[in-house]
Amino acid sequence: MIVVALVLALVVLPIVVVLLRNVLAETTSIVGSIDRITAAAQAGSRDLDAAPLLLTTQQQVRDTVANVAAYGGSLDVIVDDA
Amino acid sequence: MTAAGVLLIIAVALIVAALVVYLVQVIVALQKITKGLDATIAAVGEIVEKSQPVNDIVGDINTNLDAAVDALEGLLVKKAGLPDAMGLLEGLYPGAKAEGLRNFPDSTTVRSPRIGEVYTRGTLTLARLGREAPIAAASPNGPALRDPRYGSAASRTLYPADRPGRSPVIGNEVRDADASPV
Repeated sequence: MIVVALVLALVVLPIVVVLLRNVLAETTSIVGSIDRITAAAQAGSRDLDAAPLLLTTQQQVRDTVANVAAYGGSLDVIVDDA
Repeated sequence: MTAAGVLLIIAVALIVAALVVYLVQVIVALQKITKGLDATIAAVGEIVEKSQPVNDIVGDINTNLDAAVDALEGLLVKKAGLPDAMGLLEGLYPGAKAEGLRNFPDSTTVRSPRIGEVYTRGTLTLARLGREAPIAAASPNGPALRDPRYGSAASRTLYPADRPGRSPVIGNEVRDADASPV
């Protein structure tokens, strides 16, 4: 029995402690990574707050292209071909 | 109880205590991870929701811009000809000829004139437009260029009576020769 007790105290206990410390260290590092990912995702979400402005850009592009088409059509009529 | 038994109990107790201490810390860390992932998932969901219409909008913008580019390139080549068009583009945007026009594969290899600040043909076209524009055909006075008198009406207003038999005098005697009060 004394041998079993010594093995537990001198072999099993250190191994368990080392393994648990490693698990704890990795888990703690994951917490930091998660925090950084969260901060990046929230920043990305804030950056996309301007996305609805694309609707305005879309309409402006349509209007501009329509004006360009009208202007080009006029030039096509006025200016002789090469 | 023997000493061995006591030692065994102490060893087991230490192992259990180590397990408890470290596993509790791991549990706490995992709870933080769970909370962090919840916040991350919420933010990612917002990103997905906000970026959902972007593809369609950008695609529509690109389609419109593509149509405009095609039309303008076609118009330029139609009016100026491919060589002059590429010369104009190269003159305005150095290096543009190397990229060429999208719908004209020969645009990168065509031999184009070097066109600087003045494009003579375009200048003449603009000058002619002032007198020969189709809109002028609707003038009550008739087509502008086809009526020389109408075309030179502005210059003839300088000499409403008879045109002098000499060229205008420019120099010291101008003031004396000018009988006007001004």
